[in-house]
Amino acid sequence: MRKLLNTLYVTTEGAALRKDGENLVAEVEGAERARVPFHMLGSVVAFGPVLVSPALMGACAANGISLVLLDRVDRFQARVEGPVAGNVLLRRAQYAASEAPDDIVRSLVMGKVANQRSVLLRHLRDHGEGDGQEPAEAISAVCERLARILQRLAAGLTGLDHLRGAEGEAAQLYFSVFGHLVRSPDPEIRFLGRSRRPPLDPVNAVLSFLYTLLTHDCRSAAESVGLDPAVGFLHRDRPGRPSLALDLMEELRPVLADRLALSLLNRRQLRARDFETRDGGGVLLTEEGRRTVLTAWQERKREERLHPFLDEKAPLGLVPYLQAQFLSRHLRGDLDAYPPWFWK
Amino acid sequence: MEPPDPIPMSALQHAVYCLRQAALIHLERLWADNRFTAEGHVLHAVTDRPGGRRARGIRRASGLALASRRLGIAGIADLVEFHLSQDGETPYPVEYKRGKAKLHRADEVQLCAQGLCLEEMTGRPVPAGALFYAQTKRRVEVPFDADLRALTEQTVADLRAVFDARATPPAIYRADRCRACSLSELCRPKQLARPVLAWRARQIEQLLLPEPPS
Repeated sequence: MRKLLNTLYVTTEGAALRKDGENLVAEVEGAERARVPFHMLGSVVAFGPVLVSPALMGACAANGISLVLLDRVDRFQARVEGPVAGNVLLRRAQYAASEAPDDIVRSLVMGKVANQRSVLLRHLRDHGEGDGQEPAEAISAVCERLARILQRLAAGLTGLDHLRGAEGEAAQLYFSVFGHLVRSPDPEIRFLGRSRRPPLDPVNAVLSFLYTLLTHDCRSAAESVGLDPAVGFLHRDRPGRPSLALDLMEELRPVLADRLALSLLNRRQLRARDFETRDGGGVLLTEEGRRTVLTAWQERKREERLHPFLDEKAPLGLVPYLQAQFLSRHLRGDLDAYPPWFWK
Repeated sequence: MEPPDPIPMSALQHAVYCLRQAALIHLERLWADNRFTAEGHVLHAVTDRPGGRRARGIRRASGLALASRRLGIAGIADLVEFHLSQDGETPYPVEYKRGKAKLHRADEVQLCAQGLCLEEMTGRPVPAGALFYAQTKRRVEVPFDADLRALTEQTVADLRAVFDARATPPAIYRADRCRACSLSELCRPKQLARPVLAWRARQIEQLLLPEPPS
């Protein structure tokens, strides 16, 4: 099995990253704080004002380590990439498929809706009794409607507009009851409906941050198998948007991001003091809060689950890469369809 | 019309082992190092440096570029010795290999291809070469007989067909080969034999079964 390589997240303001032999060295105020051999490293994500030496940039490119720079509010700034991996034949197949992507989109939407439903069902199994009649009934009703969407998808719903419509309908249903899954006793920790840019409550702040992390992992996964991250199937092309990375993350979001956000909040690992409200009402994680999320994210990625199509256990952190690999094998004609990742 | 790109001779040994493996490496540009290939890199870092020296009357050239226009192949030979005989120099290719001699003929085909190139380039017959195995530290002489020449030419033709069609042959699981293959994680011969459409329909069916009473 491919090794799950580490991602180094650098959140300390003023940290300096440099190359020392075959290692990355992180320094804060002149003191060495971390040392990681290149062969253990898959990517580096630097948040805000972090210094990176040119020698380290070169070494990252040469070793296939993706280096991503984000600004203070986690917006993408820049990326250092080595030579393009993969081959032009795969990319041509990807572009051709993007002209008629119905069945790939069907798989992506099936995976996403099925996993959203599984998250809700899991909540009902674990907490249904304690929720009182009303929320439990509302969640059950949404599960029922998500099941009908899945049946429509399986029965051969066609047309990109219809497929995208099914995805939108499912997302709207799912988030209409998502607030019931938040069980933190802190009155400030609540969900007012999905909001982004900026997130308007703490739950959305955590979701947005996790989606950012997942996007980077999916983008790296697409690039490492030689796919063009900008050309998607479910997401339409738009300059500057990593549409394929967004496609790949759809089926993973409910499990890798949403459930992690819920457990961090419900176990009170994240509390009201881990958030700050900016002018204009945007809510952001504090630096301490982000550190908590990053640690939990790294741990979650090491957890192993049965991969449904592979029929082998694989760390959750490898799933974006495995899915990108299966997508590329489908595009090159080895597989008759793209196998969704169903969480069980 | 531009002539077709020459087939890299290093692809021939992959093609003898498994035509799909050769396509994954050279067409799909997938490469996975495992312990075996990493050791091979270390070994070749020494032999790939171009240079020449003379020892015991034998002229030796390392890192020599070889090609055959007739076969449309090209590559670098680890070492070519030029053995002096009465009517001139006879080329004698020597290929360095990690490990030991194998049951399949991949190494022999790669060496024979070098012999065919040397015949075309020098106009002299090249009757044999040698494989040097690092693990046993032994040279094994390989005569370029009619059988080996035919197998080599057939392998070039098979590979040419794959390259021209730009199509990777389907995966066929063979325990004896797949287990030792450094590309098996990228090839996934077992999974790729499964039809996804039927699998996907079954998964959805199972997901939608009524919840068992708890």
